[in-house]
Amino acid sequence: MLQETASRAPYVAARPASQRRARVRLARNALSYAILGLLSCVMALPLFWMLSTSLKTYRNVYAFPPQWIPNPVAWENYAEALSVVPFPLYFRNTMLIAVLVMAGNLVTCAVVAYGFARLNAPGKNLLFSILLSTMMLPGQVTLIPVYILFQRLGWVNTFAPLIVPSWFAHSAFSIFLFRQFFMSIPHELTDAAKIDGANHFVILSRIIVPLSKPVVATLGVFTFMGVWNDFFHPLIYLQDQSKFTLALGLLSLISAAREAGAGGEAWNLLMAGSAMVIAPMVVVFFFAQRYFIEGITLTGLKG
Amino acid sequence: MQAQAGIPVRRETAGEWVRRRLSSETVLFYVFVSPWIIGFLVFTAGPMLASLYLSLTEYKMVTPPRFIGLGNYELMLKNDLLFWKSLSVTFTYAIFHIPLALAIALGAALLLNQRLGGMPYFRTIFFLPVVLPAAASSILWWYMFNKDYGLINRGLELFGIEGPAWLALSDTALWAIIIMGFWTFGYAMVIFLAGLQAVPAVLYEAAEIDGGGRWARFRHVTLPMISPVLFFNLIMGTIATFQVFTQAFIMTNGGPANATLFYALYLYNNAFTYLKMGYASALAWALFVIIVVLTTINFTVGRRWVHYGN
Repeated sequence: MLQETASRAPYVAARPASQRRARVRLARNALSYAILGLLSCVMALPLFWMLSTSLKTYRNVYAFPPQWIPNPVAWENYAEALSVVPFPLYFRNTMLIAVLVMAGNLVTCAVVAYGFARLNAPGKNLLFSILLSTMMLPGQVTLIPVYILFQRLGWVNTFAPLIVPSWFAHSAFSIFLFRQFFMSIPHELTDAAKIDGANHFVILSRIIVPLSKPVVATLGVFTFMGVWNDFFHPLIYLQDQSKFTLALGLLSLISAAREAGAGGEAWNLLMAGSAMVIAPMVVVFFFAQRYFIEGITLTGLKG
Repeated sequence: MQAQAGIPVRRETAGEWVRRRLSSETVLFYVFVSPWIIGFLVFTAGPMLASLYLSLTEYKMVTPPRFIGLGNYELMLKNDLLFWKSLSVTFTYAIFHIPLALAIALGAALLLNQRLGGMPYFRTIFFLPVVLPAAASSILWWYMFNKDYGLINRGLELFGIEGPAWLALSDTALWAIIIMGFWTFGYAMVIFLAGLQAVPAVLYEAAEIDGGGRWARFRHVTLPMISPVLFFNLIMGTIATFQVFTQAFIMTNGGPANATLFYALYLYNNAFTYLKMGYASALAWALFVIIVVLTTINFTVGRRWVHYGN
């Protein structure tokens, strides 16, 4: 408002107007920082509370007023969580699945995306629109027959149902992102190789993929996050506790915390266990934040 | 002409035509996309048809499916109160979650889009909850909403309000899950931010020259320019609402008194707790129809307000 009046009367009292404008800007920036700061606190508080509780003794969990900085610091909660739930085993299970899914997803989706980006054939556009529409398909529509299929194959209670689909280019998101990137690589870069007689597999693996490191990194972190955070599929396919992933292992933690809590939940134990499952994801996020943001941005702007 | 050239030109035989069509590029294309085609047939198209068929049967895994026509759908629409309950829970969540979460996300994106220092740090904090495992976040928020020791009620105490036993009461349990849902607004925020950064500065300058104030600039420049990303977030948010599962499974298991029986949870219970695979397939197809209808409505209405520039 003030800006408006100032710009309409440029000849009258130029200096006070610009000073006023500067003051308005300053106030506005201060207000922005205040809102952002407050919102940051609200967003970060639950995680801080989790960390704080995970280091409290049983008694101090119930202390009033609540302790923000635990005193004494009960590191033994983490040892106890590790003793009631085999997190190292679940970590190995999760990593094994994650590595195999990442490999399958990156390899097969890159190959498929190369076809869509660089080769022409009748039916290509139709196939591509089918591919895009599967992104909006709710998983429940295919869930039950796929479950029955895996059950008939005797794969329930193995890692196979969690891994095998990724080796059939199951992620439309990955294919889409790869294709967008491959299309932006200039043909001049691959023409020379073509003249030298290189076939398409060689062009893809020797020229295109080495140029696509950013998109490989983006899809790598997304796939890793998908496996690490998946709760639903391990829940329906894995039965033996020894086969659980970390996310599903939290169920074991909940029942252990009920026993330890005698009547209530042992919140310090629950928070210690949850913190251990969250921590690796937080680390990955801080190192690869750029790729998370880019991946989401690309789908949002081009989807 | 043929005789002149001395080369007899003959018509291509059918076999040659086929061979030429199948030559390098077409065949290569299908070789390259074959992993997806096989995967699509085995894990998507086939199962879709199979679940459509199963939805017309009674199938409890132990005996073969028994064809019952539209029986499951009839039961669902006429006699299954829990189906309607789960729909109303899911829609209530959607009505409060989607607009508010989008508003928070857009507000935060507008604040972050200013030329001020430190913005990447705020963005990191806002986005972090999005990447955390839902199972762990659910345990955290289960604790946050605990009546006696949860942070929410302890915060309310500061204002002299005695907080309810959020997750144990049918009046408040769904609200707890709705409130928790705002924690992950960072996903939509990042998309908004990218949309805002793509708005050409020239447009703002033009609006300013025309005497447009801050609100006018937001209303007539920002909003139309980011309407495609707003639309994208709306569609994705709608679809995601029908996938809400983990929070309800861990924090309340649908209770108390089915107050948090989300659609995805009810479907899971039918399939994997009661082993009613036929009925669960019918629920899945009903969900599919609902999502198709909602997406069509979004697209139809969207045509009026979504502005696609060149």
